[in-house]
Amino acid sequence: MSADRQMNTGPDEGHYNFAYLDEQTKRMIRRAILKGIAVPGYQVPFASREMPMPYGWGTGGVQVTAAILGADDRLKVIDQGSDDTTNAVSIRNFFEKTAGVATTTRTEDATVIQTRHRIPEAPLSEEQVLVYQVPIPEPLRFLEPRETETRKMHALAEYGLMHVKLYEDIARNGHIATTYAYPVEVNDRYVMDPSPTPKFDNPKMHEMAALQLFGAGREKRIYALPPYTKVKSLDFDDHPFEVQHFDRPCGLCGAELVYLDEVILDDKGGRMFVCSDSDFCEDRRARGHVGDMAADPAAASLTGSASTSARTPE
Amino acid sequence: MTSSALPDRAEAQAAAATADEPLLKVSGVTRYYGDRIGCTDISFDLWPGEVLAIVGESGSGKTTLLNCLSTRLAPTAGAIEYRMRDGAMRNLYQLTEAERRLLMRTDWGFVHQNPAEGLRMTVSAGANVGERLMAVGNRHYGNIRDTATSWLERVEIAADRIDDQPRAFSGGMRQRLQIARNLVTHPRLVFMDEPTGGLDVSVQARLLDMLRRLVADLGLSVIIVTHDLAVARLLSHRIVVMRHGRIIETGLTDQVLDDPREPYSQLLVSSILQA
Ligand SMILES: Nc1ncnc2c1ncn2[C@@H]1O[C@H](COP(=O)(O)OP(=O)(O)OP(=O)(O)O)[C@@H](O)[C@H]1O
Ligand SMILES: [Mg+2]
Repeated sequence: MSADRQMNTGPDEGHYNFAYLDEQTKRMIRRAILKGIAVPGYQVPFASREMPMPYGWGTGGVQVTAAILGADDRLKVIDQGSDDTTNAVSIRNFFEKTAGVATTTRTEDATVIQTRHRIPEAPLSEEQVLVYQVPIPEPLRFLEPRETETRKMHALAEYGLMHVKLYEDIARNGHIATTYAYPVEVNDRYVMDPSPTPKFDNPKMHEMAALQLFGAGREKRIYALPPYTKVKSLDFDDHPFEVQHFDRPCGLCGAELVYLDEVILDDKGGRMFVCSDSDFCEDRRARGHVGDMAADPAAASLTGSASTSARTPE
Repeated sequence: MTSSALPDRAEAQAAAATADEPLLKVSGVTRYYGDRIGCTDISFDLWPGEVLAIVGESGSGKTTLLNCLSTRLAPTAGAIEYRMRDGAMRNLYQLTEAERRLLMRTDWGFVHQNPAEGLRMTVSAGANVGERLMAVGNRHYGNIRDTATSWLERVEIAADRIDDQPRAFSGGMRQRLQIARNLVTHPRLVFMDEPTGGLDVSVQARLLDMLRRLVADLGLSVIIVTHDLAVARLLSHRIVVMRHGRIIETGLTDQVLDDPREPYSQLLVSSILQA
Protein backbone atom coordinates (compact mmCIF):
# COMPACT_ATOMS: atom_id res chain seq x y z
CA MET A 1 0.00 0.00 0.00
CA SER A 2 2.73 2.44 -0.94
CA ALA A 3 0.42 5.18 -2.11
CA ASP A 4 3.20 7.73 -2.45
CA ARG A 5 4.97 5.70 -5.09
CA GLN A 6 2.16 5.57 -7.56
CA MET A 7 2.11 9.32 -7.97
CA ASN A 8 5.16 8.97 -10.20
CA THR A 9 3.61 6.26 -12.25
CA GLY A 10 1.20 8.45 -14.20
CA PRO A 11 -0.83 7.33 -17.18
CA ASP A 12 1.32 4.95 -19.18
CA GLU A 13 1.20 3.89 -22.77
CA GLY A 14 -1.52 1.38 -21.79
CA HIS A 15 -4.03 4.30 -21.79
CA TYR A 16 -5.12 3.65 -18.23
CA ASN A 17 -4.49 5.81 -15.22
CA PHE A 18 -2.68 3.74 -12.59
CA ALA A 19 -5.25 1.29 -11.23
CA TYR A 20 -7.93 2.65 -13.57
CA LEU A 21 -9.42 5.38 -11.34
CA ASP A 22 -8.28 8.98 -11.69
CA GLU A 23 -6.26 10.44 -8.81
CA GLN A 24 -9.12 12.68 -7.68
CA THR A 25 -11.43 9.71 -7.26
CA LYS A 26 -8.79 7.68 -5.46
CA ARG A 27 -8.23 10.55 -3.03
CA MET A 28 -11.97 10.70 -2.37
CA ILE A 29 -12.08 6.96 -1.72
CA ARG A 30 -9.01 7.13 0.53
CA ARG A 31 -10.70 9.84 2.58
CA ALA A 32 -13.69 7.54 3.05
CA ILE A 33 -11.36 4.69 4.00
CA LEU A 34 -9.55 6.85 6.57
CA LYS A 35 -12.86 7.90 8.06
CA GLY A 36 -13.90 4.25 8.20
CA ILE A 37 -10.69 3.35 10.00
CA ALA A 38 -11.23 6.19 12.47
CA VAL A 39 -14.75 4.94 13.28
CA PRO A 40 -14.55 1.14 13.09
CA GLY A 41 -17.69 -0.50 11.71
CA TYR A 42 -19.31 2.79 10.68
CA GLN A 43 -20.58 2.85 7.09
CA VAL A 44 -19.04 5.82 5.31
CA PRO A 45 -20.93 7.00 2.21
CA PHE A 46 -18.75 7.53 -0.84
CA ALA A 47 -19.30 8.56 -4.45
CA SER A 48 -19.10 5.11 -5.99
CA ARG A 49 -17.98 5.21 -9.63
CA GLU A 50 -19.06 3.20 -12.59
CA MET A 51 -16.59 0.40 -13.10
CA PRO A 52 -16.06 -1.60 -16.28
CA MET A 53 -17.86 -4.58 -14.76
CA PRO A 54 -21.40 -5.12 -13.50
CA TYR A 55 -22.54 -4.59 -9.90
CA GLY A 56 -22.44 -7.91 -8.13
CA TRP A 57 -18.93 -8.45 -9.49
CA GLY A 58 -17.35 -6.62 -6.64
CA THR A 59 -17.24 -3.03 -7.88
CA GLY A 60 -17.03 -1.76 -4.28
CA GLY A 61 -14.06 -3.96 -3.47
CA VAL A 62 -12.42 -3.09 -6.77
CA GLN A 63 -12.64 0.64 -6.05
CA VAL A 64 -11.16 0.19 -2.58
CA THR A 65 -8.36 -1.94 -3.98
CA ALA A 66 -7.71 0.59 -6.76
CA ALA A 67 -7.45 3.37 -4.18
CA ILE A 68 -4.90 1.60 -1.98
CA LEU A 69 -2.73 -0.23 -4.53
CA GLY A 70 0.82 0.95 -5.01
CA ALA A 71 3.28 -0.12 -7.68
CA ASP A 72 5.09 -2.42 -5.22
CA ASP A 73 1.99 -4.28 -4.10
CA ARG A 74 1.30 -7.90 -4.82
CA LEU A 75 -2.39 -8.64 -5.27
CA LYS A 76 -4.33 -11.81 -4.58
CA VAL A 77 -8.03 -12.12 -5.49
CA ILE A 78 -10.28 -14.86 -4.16
CA ASP A 79 -13.87 -15.80 -4.69
CA GLN A 80 -15.34 -18.45 -2.39
CA GLY A 81 -11.79 -19.20 -1.28
CA SER A 82 -10.58 -19.93 -4.79
CA ASP A 83 -8.22 -17.89 -6.96
CA ASP A 84 -9.48 -19.48 -10.15
CA THR A 85 -13.15 -18.59 -10.50
CA THR A 86 -14.20 -16.32 -13.34
CA ASN A 87 -14.78 -13.44 -10.98
CA ALA A 88 -11.41 -13.74 -9.25
CA VAL A 89 -9.53 -14.18 -12.51
CA SER A 90 -11.15 -11.19 -14.18
CA ILE A 91 -10.49 -8.86 -11.24
CA ARG A 92 -6.88 -10.06 -11.09
CA ASN A 93 -6.50 -9.48 -14.84
CA PHE A 94 -8.08 -6.06 -14.49
CA PHE A 95 -5.41 -4.91 -12.04
CA GLU A 96 -2.58 -6.56 -13.95
CA LYS A 97 -3.65 -4.54 -16.95
CA THR A 98 -4.54 -1.22 -15.30
CA ALA A 99 -1.91 -1.09 -12.56
CA GLY A 100 0.70 -3.50 -13.78
CA VAL A 101 1.09 -4.81 -10.25
CA ALA A 102 2.34 -8.28 -9.50
CA THR A 103 -0.33 -10.81 -8.64
CA THR A 104 -0.13 -14.02 -6.71
CA THR A 105 -2.32 -16.85 -5.50
CA ARG A 106 -0.20 -17.37 -2.40
CA THR A 107 -1.75 -15.82 0.67
CA GLU A 108 1.53 -15.22 2.44
CA ASP A 109 3.06 -13.46 -0.58
CA ALA A 110 0.19 -11.01 -1.08
CA THR A 111 0.18 -7.49 0.31
CA VAL A 112 -3.42 -6.82 -0.71
CA ILE A 113 -6.06 -9.56 -0.83
CA GLN A 114 -9.46 -8.83 -2.35
CA THR A 115 -12.10 -11.34 -1.37
CA ARG A 116 -15.68 -12.26 -1.84
CA HIS A 117 -16.96 -14.73 0.83
CA ARG A 118 -13.85 -16.07 2.51
CA ILE A 119 -11.06 -15.07 4.83
CA PRO A 120 -7.92 -17.12 4.11
CA GLU A 121 -7.26 -19.93 6.56
CA ALA A 122 -3.64 -18.84 7.11
CA PRO A 123 -3.37 -16.00 9.63
CA LEU A 124 -2.79 -12.60 8.02
CA SER A 125 -0.12 -10.16 9.13
CA GLU A 126 0.19 -6.47 9.83
CA GLU A 127 1.80 -6.08 6.40
CA GLN A 128 -1.40 -7.16 4.65
CA VAL A 129 -4.75 -5.57 3.79
CA LEU A 130 -7.90 -7.61 3.27
CA VAL A 131 -10.50 -5.98 0.99
CA TYR A 132 -14.04 -7.38 1.05
CA GLN A 133 -16.58 -7.07 -1.76
CA VAL A 134 -19.90 -6.31 -0.09
CA PRO A 135 -23.31 -6.56 -1.75
CA ILE A 136 -25.56 -5.27 1.08
CA PRO A 137 -23.74 -3.35 3.81
CA GLU A 138 -26.73 -2.47 6.00
CA PRO A 139 -27.40 -5.17 8.63
CA LEU A 140 -30.65 -3.50 9.72
CA ARG A 141 -32.06 -3.30 6.22
CA PHE A 142 -34.12 -6.47 6.24
CA LEU A 143 -36.39 -5.27 9.07
CA GLU A 144 -36.10 -1.53 8.56
CA PRO A 145 -36.12 -0.47 4.91
CA ARG A 146 -36.03 3.28 5.68
CA GLU A 147 -32.51 4.62 5.31
CA THR A 148 -33.26 7.67 7.51
CA GLU A 149 -34.32 5.33 10.28
CA THR A 150 -31.39 2.91 10.02
CA ARG A 151 -28.95 5.83 10.16
CA LYS A 152 -30.61 7.05 13.31
CA MET A 153 -30.49 3.58 14.80
CA HIS A 154 -26.75 3.38 14.16
CA ALA A 155 -26.21 6.87 15.54
CA LEU A 156 -28.03 5.99 18.76
CA ALA A 157 -26.72 2.39 18.90
CA GLU A 158 -30.31 1.09 18.88
CA TYR A 159 -29.67 -2.47 17.82
CA GLY A 160 -32.59 -4.36 19.34
CA LEU A 161 -33.77 -5.25 15.83
CA MET A 162 -30.69 -7.38 15.21
CA HIS A 163 -31.79 -9.63 18.03
CA VAL A 164 -35.34 -9.69 16.68
CA LYS A 165 -33.83 -11.26 13.58
CA LEU A 166 -31.90 -13.83 15.61
CA TYR A 167 -35.00 -14.49 17.73
CA GLU A 168 -36.95 -15.29 14.56
CA ASP A 169 -34.19 -17.60 13.47
CA ILE A 170 -34.35 -19.61 16.70
CA ALA A 171 -38.16 -19.60 16.79
CA ARG A 172 -38.21 -21.07 13.28
CA ASN A 173 -35.27 -23.43 13.36
CA GLY A 174 -34.58 -24.18 17.01
CA HIS A 175 -31.16 -22.59 16.68
CA ILE A 176 -29.54 -19.57 15.03
CA ALA A 177 -29.61 -20.75 11.44
CA THR A 178 -27.91 -17.71 9.93
CA THR A 179 -24.70 -19.01 8.40
CA TYR A 180 -23.67 -16.17 6.07
CA ALA A 181 -23.48 -12.42 6.64
CA TYR A 182 -23.72 -13.09 10.37
CA PRO A 183 -23.90 -9.69 12.15
CA VAL A 184 -21.10 -8.54 14.42
CA GLU A 185 -20.63 -5.78 16.93
CA VAL A 186 -17.44 -3.82 16.32
CA ASN A 187 -15.37 -2.26 19.08
CA ASP A 188 -18.39 -2.37 21.47
CA ARG A 189 -20.20 0.15 19.27
CA TYR A 190 -21.35 -0.31 15.66
CA VAL A 191 -23.17 -3.37 14.38
CA MET A 192 -21.80 -4.40 11.01
CA ASP A 193 -22.55 -6.89 8.28
CA PRO A 194 -19.37 -8.80 7.47
CA SER A 195 -20.40 -9.27 3.81
CA PRO A 196 -21.40 -12.71 2.56
CA THR A 197 -18.60 -14.49 4.39
CA PRO A 198 -19.63 -17.64 6.23
CA LYS A 199 -19.92 -17.19 9.98
CA PHE A 200 -17.08 -19.71 10.18
CA ASP A 201 -14.79 -16.79 9.38
CA ASN A 202 -16.25 -14.35 11.92
CA PRO A 203 -13.77 -15.27 14.67
CA LYS A 204 -10.90 -14.53 12.29
CA MET A 205 -12.02 -10.91 12.07
CA HIS A 206 -11.61 -10.46 15.79
CA GLU A 207 -8.34 -8.70 16.58
CA MET A 208 -6.95 -9.56 13.14
CA ALA A 209 -3.45 -8.16 12.57
CA ALA A 210 -4.28 -7.08 9.01
CA LEU A 211 -6.33 -4.02 8.11
CA GLN A 212 -9.80 -5.04 6.87
CA LEU A 213 -11.64 -2.81 4.39
CA PHE A 214 -15.17 -3.30 3.07
CA GLY A 215 -16.48 -1.79 -0.16
CA ALA A 216 -20.09 -1.83 -1.37
CA GLY A 217 -20.30 -0.40 -4.90
CA ARG A 218 -24.00 -0.38 -5.61
CA GLU A 219 -24.84 0.83 -2.08
CA LYS A 220 -21.96 3.35 -2.08
CA ARG A 221 -20.58 2.50 1.36
CA ILE A 222 -17.10 1.84 2.73
CA TYR A 223 -16.34 0.57 6.22
CA ALA A 224 -13.28 -0.72 7.99
CA LEU A 225 -11.77 -2.70 10.83
CA PRO A 226 -8.36 -1.37 11.87
CA PRO A 227 -5.85 -4.01 12.97
CA TYR A 228 -6.59 -5.65 16.33
CA THR A 229 -10.20 -4.44 16.55
CA LYS A 230 -12.64 -6.25 18.82
CA VAL A 231 -15.29 -8.02 16.72
CA LYS A 232 -18.08 -9.89 18.49
CA SER A 233 -20.73 -12.02 16.79
CA LEU A 234 -24.21 -11.23 18.15
CA ASP A 235 -26.02 -13.98 20.04
CA PHE A 236 -28.24 -14.82 23.01
CA ASP A 237 -26.97 -15.93 26.42
CA ASP A 238 -28.80 -19.24 26.03
CA HIS A 239 -27.97 -19.58 22.30
CA PRO A 240 -24.30 -18.61 22.09
CA PHE A 241 -22.58 -17.97 18.75
CA GLU A 242 -21.02 -21.06 17.22
CA VAL A 243 -19.14 -21.64 13.99
CA GLN A 244 -19.98 -24.43 11.57
CA HIS A 245 -18.31 -27.72 12.39
CA PHE A 246 -17.21 -30.15 9.75
CA ASP A 247 -17.16 -33.72 10.91
CA ARG A 248 -14.22 -34.68 8.72
CA PRO A 249 -10.90 -33.32 7.52
CA CYS A 250 -10.18 -32.13 3.96
CA GLY A 251 -10.15 -35.10 1.57
CA LEU A 252 -7.11 -33.77 -0.28
CA CYS A 253 -4.79 -32.36 2.36
CA GLY A 254 -6.26 -33.73 5.60
CA ALA A 255 -6.60 -30.28 7.20
CA GLU A 256 -8.96 -30.11 10.18
CA LEU A 257 -10.91 -27.14 11.53
CA VAL A 258 -11.01 -25.45 8.16
CA TYR A 259 -13.98 -24.49 5.98
CA LEU A 260 -14.81 -27.27 3.51
CA ASP A 261 -16.69 -27.26 0.21
CA GLU A 262 -18.57 -30.30 -1.00
CA VAL A 263 -17.43 -31.36 -4.46
CA ILE A 264 -19.36 -33.76 -6.67
CA LEU A 265 -16.91 -36.18 -8.29
CA ASP A 266 -19.02 -38.16 -10.72
CA ASP A 267 -22.61 -38.87 -11.68
CA LYS A 268 -22.82 -41.90 -9.40
CA GLY A 269 -23.09 -39.91 -6.20
CA GLY A 270 -19.36 -39.77 -5.58
CA ARG A 271 -18.42 -36.70 -3.53
CA MET A 272 -15.74 -35.37 -1.30
CA PHE A 273 -15.10 -32.48 1.04
CA VAL A 274 -12.13 -30.26 0.31
CA CYS A 275 -10.67 -27.01 1.63
CA SER A 276 -12.55 -23.99 0.30
CA ASP A 277 -9.25 -22.08 0.55
CA SER A 278 -7.50 -23.60 -2.48
CA ASP A 279 -4.14 -21.95 -1.82
CA PHE A 280 -4.09 -23.23 1.74
CA CYS A 281 -4.85 -26.74 0.47
CA GLU A 282 -2.16 -26.66 -2.24
CA ASP A 283 0.38 -25.36 0.21
CA ARG A 284 -0.34 -28.19 2.62
CA ARG A 285 -0.13 -30.80 -0.13
CA ALA A 286 3.17 -29.34 -1.30
CA ARG A 287 4.46 -29.83 2.22
CA GLY A 288 3.44 -33.48 2.12
CA HIS A 289 0.08 -33.57 3.85
CA VAL A 290 -2.24 -36.13 2.33
CA GLY A 291 -5.99 -36.51 2.77
CA ASP A 292 -7.80 -39.83 2.71
CA MET A 293 -9.15 -39.28 -0.82
CA ALA A 294 -6.07 -37.72 -2.38
CA ALA A 295 -5.27 -41.00 -4.14
CA ASP A 296 -8.77 -41.35 -5.59
CA PRO A 297 -8.53 -41.02 -9.38
CA ALA A 298 -11.73 -38.96 -9.40
CA ALA A 299 -10.02 -36.39 -7.19
CA ALA A 300 -7.17 -35.95 -9.63
CA SER A 301 -8.98 -33.22 -11.51
CA LEU A 302 -9.09 -31.19 -8.31
CA THR A 303 -5.38 -31.33 -7.68
CA GLY A 304 -4.30 -30.09 -11.10
CA SER A 305 -2.46 -26.79 -11.00
CA ALA A 306 -5.49 -24.65 -11.70
CA SER A 307 -8.61 -26.33 -10.35
CA THR A 308 -11.63 -26.85 -12.51
CA SER A 309 -14.05 -25.03 -10.31
CA ALA A 310 -17.10 -24.12 -12.31
CA ARG A 311 -18.53 -21.63 -9.89
CA THR A 312 -19.82 -18.44 -11.38
CA PRO A 313 -20.48 -15.14 -9.68
CA GLU A 314 -23.92 -14.65 -8.10
CA MET B 1 -24.98 6.20 58.42
CA THR B 2 -25.85 9.83 57.91
CA SER B 3 -24.44 9.89 54.42
CA SER B 4 -26.55 6.94 53.30
CA ALA B 5 -29.67 8.32 55.01
CA LEU B 6 -29.64 11.37 52.81
CA PRO B 7 -30.40 9.82 49.42
CA ASP B 8 -33.00 7.57 51.06
CA ARG B 9 -34.88 10.51 52.40
CA ALA B 10 -34.57 12.34 49.10
CA GLU B 11 -35.97 9.31 47.30
CA ALA B 12 -38.84 8.96 49.76
CA GLN B 13 -39.63 12.61 49.30
CA ALA B 14 -39.55 12.26 45.54
CA ALA B 15 -41.90 9.29 45.71
CA ALA B 16 -44.31 11.06 48.04
CA ALA B 17 -44.21 14.13 45.86
CA THR B 18 -45.02 12.27 42.62
CA ALA B 19 -48.20 10.71 44.01
CA ASP B 20 -49.97 14.04 44.09
CA GLU B 21 -48.22 15.68 41.17
CA PRO B 22 -49.24 15.39 37.54
CA LEU B 23 -47.58 12.89 35.24
CA LEU B 24 -47.99 15.16 32.22
CA LYS B 25 -48.38 18.94 32.14
CA VAL B 26 -49.61 20.43 28.89
CA SER B 27 -49.43 24.23 28.54
CA GLY B 28 -50.58 26.25 25.57
CA VAL B 29 -49.84 23.59 22.97
CA THR B 30 -50.51 24.85 19.46
CA ARG B 31 -49.86 23.25 16.10
CA TYR B 32 -50.36 24.92 12.75
CA TYR B 33 -50.20 23.26 9.35
CA GLY B 34 -49.13 26.30 7.37
CA ASP B 35 -52.00 28.72 7.98
CA ARG B 36 -54.41 26.02 9.05
CA ILE B 37 -54.94 25.33 12.74
CA GLY B 38 -54.35 21.73 13.79
CA CYS B 39 -54.92 22.45 17.47
CA THR B 40 -54.47 25.59 19.50
CA ASP B 41 -53.86 26.70 23.07
CA ILE B 42 -54.34 23.29 24.65
CA SER B 43 -53.63 23.08 28.38
CA PHE B 44 -54.38 20.34 30.89
CA ASP B 45 -52.72 18.05 33.43
CA LEU B 46 -52.81 14.27 33.39
CA TRP B 47 -52.56 12.47 36.73
CA PRO B 48 -50.97 9.11 37.48
CA GLY B 49 -53.46 6.31 36.82
CA GLU B 50 -55.86 8.63 35.00
CA VAL B 51 -57.58 7.77 31.72
CA LEU B 52 -58.33 10.87 29.65
CA ALA B 53 -60.50 10.70 26.53
CA ILE B 54 -60.17 13.29 23.79
CA VAL B 55 -63.45 13.49 21.86
CA GLY B 56 -64.74 15.68 19.06
CA GLU B 57 -65.91 15.57 15.48
CA SER B 58 -63.70 14.71 12.55
CA GLY B 59 -61.09 17.40 11.91
CA SER B 60 -61.37 18.85 15.42
CA GLY B 61 -57.64 18.28 16.09
CA LYS B 62 -57.64 15.12 18.20
CA THR B 63 -54.92 13.28 16.32
CA THR B 64 -52.84 16.43 15.93
CA LEU B 65 -52.90 16.92 19.70
CA LEU B 66 -52.14 13.28 20.46
CA ASN B 67 -49.16 13.34 18.11
CA CYS B 68 -47.85 16.53 19.74
CA LEU B 69 -48.17 15.01 23.21
CA SER B 70 -46.40 11.80 22.19
CA THR B 71 -43.51 13.72 20.55
CA ARG B 72 -44.42 12.41 17.13
CA LEU B 73 -45.21 15.92 15.86
CA ALA B 74 -43.45 19.06 17.14
CA PRO B 75 -45.89 21.75 18.33
CA THR B 76 -45.64 25.23 16.85
CA ALA B 77 -45.89 26.68 20.38
CA GLY B 78 -46.44 25.59 23.94
CA ALA B 79 -44.74 23.23 26.37
CA ILE B 80 -45.26 19.61 27.42
CA GLU B 81 -43.61 18.35 30.59
CA TYR B 82 -43.44 14.74 31.72
CA ARG B 83 -42.50 13.27 35.07
CA MET B 84 -39.68 10.81 34.38
CA ARG B 85 -39.29 7.60 36.37
CA ASP B 86 -36.78 9.33 38.64
CA GLY B 87 -39.44 11.88 39.60
CA ALA B 88 -37.90 14.77 37.65
CA MET B 89 -40.22 16.87 35.49
CA ARG B 90 -38.73 17.26 31.98
CA ASN B 91 -39.77 19.30 28.97
CA LEU B 92 -40.35 16.65 26.31
CA TYR B 93 -39.05 18.73 23.46
CA GLN B 94 -35.82 19.43 25.32
CA LEU B 95 -34.95 15.75 25.73
CA THR B 96 -32.15 14.45 23.54
CA GLU B 97 -33.30 12.26 20.69
CA ALA B 98 -31.81 9.22 22.46
CA GLU B 99 -33.73 10.00 25.68
CA ARG B 100 -36.93 10.62 23.76
CA ARG B 101 -36.71 7.37 21.81
CA LEU B 102 -35.90 5.42 24.96
CA LEU B 103 -38.94 6.94 26.66
CA MET B 104 -41.14 6.00 23.71
CA ARG B 105 -40.14 2.36 23.78
CA THR B 106 -40.00 1.81 27.53
CA ASP B 107 -42.11 4.19 29.62
CA TRP B 108 -44.71 4.89 26.93
CA GLY B 109 -46.90 2.97 24.56
CA PHE B 110 -48.67 4.06 21.39
CA VAL B 111 -51.61 2.09 20.05
CA HIS B 112 -52.49 2.95 16.45
CA GLN B 113 -55.93 2.61 14.94
CA ASN B 114 -54.43 0.52 12.18
CA PRO B 115 -52.47 -2.30 13.84
CA ALA B 116 -50.23 -2.67 10.79
CA GLU B 117 -48.72 0.71 11.71
CA GLY B 118 -47.80 -0.47 15.19
CA LEU B 119 -46.72 -4.03 14.42
CA ARG B 120 -43.97 -5.63 12.39
CA MET B 121 -46.12 -7.62 10.03
CA THR B 122 -43.31 -9.85 8.75
CA VAL B 123 -42.04 -11.22 12.05
CA SER B 124 -43.77 -13.59 14.45
CA ALA B 125 -46.12 -12.56 17.24
CA GLY B 126 -43.47 -13.60 19.77
CA ALA B 127 -40.85 -11.35 18.19
CA ASN B 128 -43.37 -8.49 18.05
CA VAL B 129 -43.92 -8.75 21.78
CA GLY B 130 -40.26 -9.43 22.52
CA GLU B 131 -38.86 -6.52 20.48
CA ARG B 132 -38.99 -3.96 23.28
CA LEU B 133 -37.34 -6.40 25.67
CA MET B 134 -34.51 -6.94 23.22
CA ALA B 135 -34.31 -3.19 22.63
CA VAL B 136 -33.58 -2.61 26.30
CA GLY B 137 -30.90 -5.29 26.36
CA ASN B 138 -32.60 -8.57 27.25
CA ARG B 139 -30.34 -11.25 25.75
CA HIS B 140 -31.93 -14.47 27.01
CA TYR B 141 -34.05 -16.14 24.34
CA GLY B 142 -35.87 -18.39 26.80
CA ASN B 143 -36.85 -15.50 29.08
CA ILE B 144 -37.98 -13.34 26.18
CA ARG B 145 -40.13 -16.16 24.88
CA ASP B 146 -41.64 -16.89 28.29
CA THR B 147 -42.53 -13.24 28.76
CA ALA B 148 -44.02 -13.06 25.26
CA THR B 149 -46.09 -16.19 25.95
CA SER B 150 -47.54 -14.79 29.14
CA TRP B 151 -48.39 -11.49 27.44
CA LEU B 152 -50.12 -13.27 24.58
CA GLU B 153 -52.21 -15.10 27.13
CA ARG B 154 -53.00 -11.85 28.88
CA VAL B 155 -54.42 -10.42 25.67
CA GLU B 156 -56.27 -13.68 24.96
CA ILE B 157 -54.13 -14.92 22.10
CA ALA B 158 -53.49 -18.66 22.33
CA ALA B 159 -49.88 -19.43 23.20
CA ASP B 160 -49.57 -21.75 20.21
CA ARG B 161 -49.91 -18.76 17.89
CA ILE B 162 -46.61 -17.33 19.15
CA ASP B 163 -44.68 -18.23 15.98
CA ASP B 164 -47.37 -17.01 13.57
CA GLN B 165 -47.02 -13.68 11.83
CA PRO B 166 -49.70 -11.05 12.50
CA ARG B 167 -50.59 -11.27 8.81
CA ALA B 168 -52.35 -14.50 9.75
CA PHE B 169 -54.33 -12.79 12.56
CA SER B 170 -57.81 -11.25 12.50
CA GLY B 171 -58.20 -7.50 13.01
CA GLY B 172 -59.13 -7.92 16.65
CA MET B 173 -56.19 -10.23 17.33
CA ARG B 174 -53.81 -7.82 15.64
CA GLN B 175 -55.05 -5.02 17.85
CA ARG B 176 -54.61 -7.17 20.95
CA LEU B 177 -51.11 -8.11 19.81
CA GLN B 178 -50.29 -4.43 19.33
CA ILE B 179 -51.42 -3.78 22.88
CA ALA B 180 -49.31 -6.63 24.29
CA ARG B 181 -46.29 -5.39 22.35
CA ASN B 182 -46.68 -1.98 23.97
CA LEU B 183 -47.33 -3.15 27.51
CA VAL B 184 -44.47 -5.65 27.81
CA THR B 185 -42.10 -3.03 29.25
CA HIS B 186 -44.72 -1.88 31.80
CA PRO B 187 -45.09 1.64 30.45
CA ARG B 188 -46.67 4.25 32.70
CA LEU B 189 -48.37 6.21 29.92
CA VAL B 190 -50.11 4.84 26.84
CA PHE B 191 -51.44 6.91 23.93
CA MET B 192 -54.23 5.43 21.84
CA ASP B 193 -55.71 6.79 18.61
CA GLU B 194 -59.14 5.23 17.95
CA PRO B 195 -58.00 1.78 19.11
CA THR B 196 -61.40 0.24 18.42
CA GLY B 197 -62.03 2.02 15.13
CA GLY B 198 -62.52 -0.23 12.14
CA LEU B 199 -63.49 -3.28 14.20
CA ASP B 200 -66.85 -5.08 14.28
CA VAL B 201 -69.08 -4.14 17.18
CA SER B 202 -68.74 -7.48 18.97
CA VAL B 203 -64.96 -7.43 18.48
CA GLN B 204 -64.91 -3.87 19.79
CA ALA B 205 -66.78 -4.85 22.93
CA ARG B 206 -64.32 -7.61 23.74
CA LEU B 207 -61.32 -5.34 23.13
CA LEU B 208 -62.76 -2.58 25.32
CA ASP B 209 -63.39 -5.05 28.09
CA MET B 210 -59.81 -6.25 27.90
CA LEU B 211 -58.40 -2.71 27.77
CA ARG B 212 -60.44 -1.73 30.82
CA ARG B 213 -59.10 -4.67 32.78
CA LEU B 214 -55.48 -4.12 31.75
CA VAL B 215 -55.60 -0.41 32.51
CA ALA B 216 -56.95 -1.12 35.99
CA ASP B 217 -54.57 -4.02 36.70
CA LEU B 218 -51.50 -2.09 35.59
CA GLY B 219 -52.55 1.30 36.95
CA LEU B 220 -51.86 2.81 33.52
CA SER B 221 -52.29 6.43 32.60
CA VAL B 222 -53.95 6.66 29.21
CA ILE B 223 -54.75 9.39 26.70
CA ILE B 224 -57.24 7.97 24.24
CA VAL B 225 -58.58 9.68 21.14
CA THR B 226 -62.02 8.54 20.08
CA HIS B 227 -65.09 9.89 18.42
CA ASP B 228 -67.10 7.08 19.97
CA LEU B 229 -68.61 8.37 23.20
CA ALA B 230 -69.44 4.84 24.33
CA VAL B 231 -65.70 4.09 24.32
CA ALA B 232 -65.05 7.24 26.34
CA ARG B 233 -67.81 6.32 28.78
CA LEU B 234 -66.46 2.83 29.35
CA LEU B 235 -62.75 3.61 29.66
CA SER B 236 -62.14 7.18 30.74
CA HIS B 237 -62.26 9.07 34.00
CA ARG B 238 -62.14 12.47 32.35
CA ILE B 239 -63.12 13.87 28.97
CA VAL B 240 -61.80 16.72 26.88
CA VAL B 241 -64.16 17.92 24.14
CA MET B 242 -62.44 19.51 21.14
CA ARG B 243 -63.85 21.65 18.35
CA HIS B 244 -61.98 23.60 15.65
CA GLY B 245 -58.68 22.75 17.32
CA ARG B 246 -59.64 24.03 20.78
CA ILE B 247 -60.78 22.45 24.03
CA ILE B 248 -64.32 23.68 24.55
CA GLU B 249 -65.23 21.61 27.57
CA THR B 250 -63.50 19.35 30.04
CA GLY B 251 -64.71 17.45 33.09
CA LEU B 252 -65.37 14.08 34.68
CA THR B 253 -66.66 11.63 32.10
CA ASP B 254 -70.08 11.02 33.64
CA GLN B 255 -70.54 14.70 34.23
CA VAL B 256 -69.76 15.70 30.66
CA LEU B 257 -71.77 12.89 29.11
CA ASP B 258 -74.80 13.20 31.38
CA ASP B 259 -74.86 16.93 31.83
CA PRO B 260 -72.83 18.74 29.16
CA ARG B 261 -72.55 22.50 29.64
CA GLU B 262 -71.57 23.64 26.17
CA PRO B 263 -74.22 23.61 23.44
CA TYR B 264 -71.78 21.83 21.11
CA SER B 265 -71.14 19.11 23.70
CA GLN B 266 -74.88 18.78 24.13
CA LEU B 267 -75.24 18.22 20.41
CA LEU B 268 -72.39 15.73 20.45
CA VAL B 269 -73.88 13.80 23.34
CA SER B 270 -77.35 13.80 21.87
CA SER B 271 -75.58 11.95 19.09
CA ILE B 272 -76.81 14.26 16.39
CA LEU B 273 -73.20 14.64 15.30
CA GLN B 274 -72.32 11.01 15.67
CA ALA B 275 -71.77 9.03 12.56
N1 LIG C 1 -50.65 16.73 7.66
C1 LIG C 1 -51.57 17.72 7.63
N2 LIG C 1 -51.40 18.76 6.79
C2 LIG C 1 -52.31 19.77 6.75
N3 LIG C 1 -53.40 19.83 7.54
C3 LIG C 1 -53.61 18.82 8.39
C4 LIG C 1 -52.71 17.71 8.48
N4 LIG C 1 -53.16 16.85 9.43
C5 LIG C 1 -54.31 17.41 9.89
N5 LIG C 1 -54.57 18.58 9.29
C6 LIG C 1 -55.70 19.46 9.57
O1 LIG C 1 -55.70 19.76 10.95
C7 LIG C 1 -57.03 19.72 11.46
C8 LIG C 1 -57.10 18.67 12.59
O2 LIG C 1 -56.90 17.38 12.02
P1 LIG C 1 -56.78 16.06 12.91
O3 LIG C 1 -56.34 14.97 12.03
O4 LIG C 1 -55.97 16.37 14.10
O5 LIG C 1 -58.30 15.85 13.33
P2 LIG C 1 -58.99 14.63 14.07
O6 LIG C 1 -59.80 15.22 15.15
O7 LIG C 1 -58.02 13.61 14.46
O8 LIG C 1 -59.96 14.08 12.94
P3 LIG C 1 -60.47 12.56 12.67
O9 LIG C 1 -61.53 12.29 13.69
O10 LIG C 1 -61.05 12.66 11.29
O11 LIG C 1 -59.31 11.65 12.78
C9 LIG C 1 -57.92 19.42 10.27
O12 LIG C 1 -58.38 20.65 9.77
C10 LIG C 1 -57.02 18.77 9.29
O13 LIG C 1 -57.44 19.00 7.97
MG1 LIG D 1 -57.73 11.49 13.93
